[in-house]
Amino acid sequence: MKSSKRRNGFLVACVAPAAILFFIFMILPTLNVFRMSLYEKGAYSQTETFVGLKNFQMLINDSNFIRSMQNMILLIVAVTVITFGFALVFAAILTREKIKGQNFFRVVFYIPNILSIVVIAGIFSAIYKPENGMLNSIIGLFRDMTNPILWKGESLVMVSLIIAMVWQAIGYYMVMYMASMSSVPESLYESSNLDGAGRLTQFFQITIPLIWTNIRTTLTFFIISTINMAFLFVKAMTSGGPNGASEVALSYMYSQKDAGLYGYSMAIGVVIFLFSFALSAMVNKVTDREPLEF
Amino acid sequence: MRKEKHTDSAERLYKFFIYFVLIMLTITIVVPVAWVFLASVKQNSEFYGNPWTLPAGFYWQNFVDAWNTAKMGDYMLNSVLVTVMALALLLVVALPAAYCLARFKFKGSKFLNTLFMAGLFINVNYIVVPIFLMLRDGDAWLKKVFGEGFLLNNLVVLALVYASTALPFTIYLLSGYFQTLAHDYEEAAYIDGAGYSTTMWKIIFPMAKPSIITVILFNFLSFWNEYIISMTLMSSAKGAKTLPVGLLNLMQAQQSAAQYGIMYAGLVIVMLPTLILYICVQNKLTQGMTVGGLKG
Repeated sequence: MKSSKRRNGFLVACVAPAAILFFIFMILPTLNVFRMSLYEKGAYSQTETFVGLKNFQMLINDSNFIRSMQNMILLIVAVTVITFGFALVFAAILTREKIKGQNFFRVVFYIPNILSIVVIAGIFSAIYKPENGMLNSIIGLFRDMTNPILWKGESLVMVSLIIAMVWQAIGYYMVMYMASMSSVPESLYESSNLDGAGRLTQFFQITIPLIWTNIRTTLTFFIISTINMAFLFVKAMTSGGPNGASEVALSYMYSQKDAGLYGYSMAIGVVIFLFSFALSAMVNKVTDREPLEF
Repeated sequence: MRKEKHTDSAERLYKFFIYFVLIMLTITIVVPVAWVFLASVKQNSEFYGNPWTLPAGFYWQNFVDAWNTAKMGDYMLNSVLVTVMALALLLVVALPAAYCLARFKFKGSKFLNTLFMAGLFINVNYIVVPIFLMLRDGDAWLKKVFGEGFLLNNLVVLALVYASTALPFTIYLLSGYFQTLAHDYEEAAYIDGAGYSTTMWKIIFPMAKPSIITVILFNFLSFWNEYIISMTLMSSAKGAKTLPVGLLNLMQAQQSAAQYGIMYAGLVIVMLPTLILYICVQNKLTQGMTVGGLKG
């Protein structure tokens, strides 16, 4: 019989390093976000003064912050809807239809996901370049290009970001849904064929309901990751410009840190935290359906 | 329901449409990537004019300049060091922890499991500012006591932060696998007289090899491509930088200096290792996703 002392020693040796690192670099900083949001703390002063909710009061009146939140919500909605639409349709096509080179398409569509966001930013700067850019040179075949389209200009920058983010995300979610769709039994489709159901009916009546649990979990994670991805894309592609037109909440938080306003920056962090939790709780509630068995 | 029979021509049109859409998406992915590869061997003068012309010749000087003058060579070495250190640390710490949390019931095991699960929802970029401030304050303290701080601008600390912040996802993925194993393996080993750690290292971990490979692949990509933490913690102008941060600086510098060739060579240098790895292991990667599919 093993002594419980040896068992405990073994368990502590195994779990303690992970728990300690996790505590120092994740729990503590997370708690610090909340704590520091109540303080006024600057880059050049060692002191921090407790100011209560003053940072949050300032946030409400900060039009730059309001715009960054609006931009973030726009990106979350647009990128989520477009990505999920495309990913589900492409996954259904690649699993349901007899396509030559199915594996080839899967491999290619996944490529953007393995590239660094910085690399993607570089690729898209070549695509969006006003003069001699890939996109404008193609559009130039159809219309006059004396006034080139400014893809990163104030009016189009959000659209450009959405395109880049969708480009990056489609493959990943497509591959994931291909895996869950291929586990839907073929017999269901066969019997619905006999009933004369078309492809669209099958897609909405069989495929989507049966992988709904998977869609639901991925949706929650996608929303959280889009908040983060929006930051990565903005930071690498536009730095929030021009004139803050593409600033999102996290990049605004980061710019306030660079400006040395640590307390204020963390108040933004708190808002993002609470927003992401509230949003995922809401999505969870809205998408709640009776799970179907197959 | 009305019985509907698809005519042959409608069916053919549908097939054509499907292939058209699939090929369009393929083009939008492959063409820009291939374009960057071609652009990386173009001379600077070739960038003024039609972007779709093929390079006049192979101008390798771009790569030499990017590697030496723009220091992409140094950055590459830094990135390799950080990635390898972070992966090693992560495995050494996460494997035993995941094993114990998945297979043993002890005081606080439920709490720890919940805590690590909650960690899945904490994004590193939300907490990068407090991490930076913590290390900066630590440096200030060290300077007072020992005369020198070493927490910021340190590749080892960066690797430590990478490994720590990857713990929740890694432990989640690994314990998912460990939970599926039958308890017979350990019981047999104990009867043969093996201790806890011998059993873990010699019996359990070798069986977990496929999951470990998945963990390595996903974390390699995320460490190699990461740039926000690296940019924040390695902010000293003269200090060491990782590849993506170096590339970002290069891209910003080229915008004013307009030396496009070097910039695209830099892009190729950063993405080539991941592309090669992807071509070698694409099957493992896309299969591993069904296990760890929750990472966004």
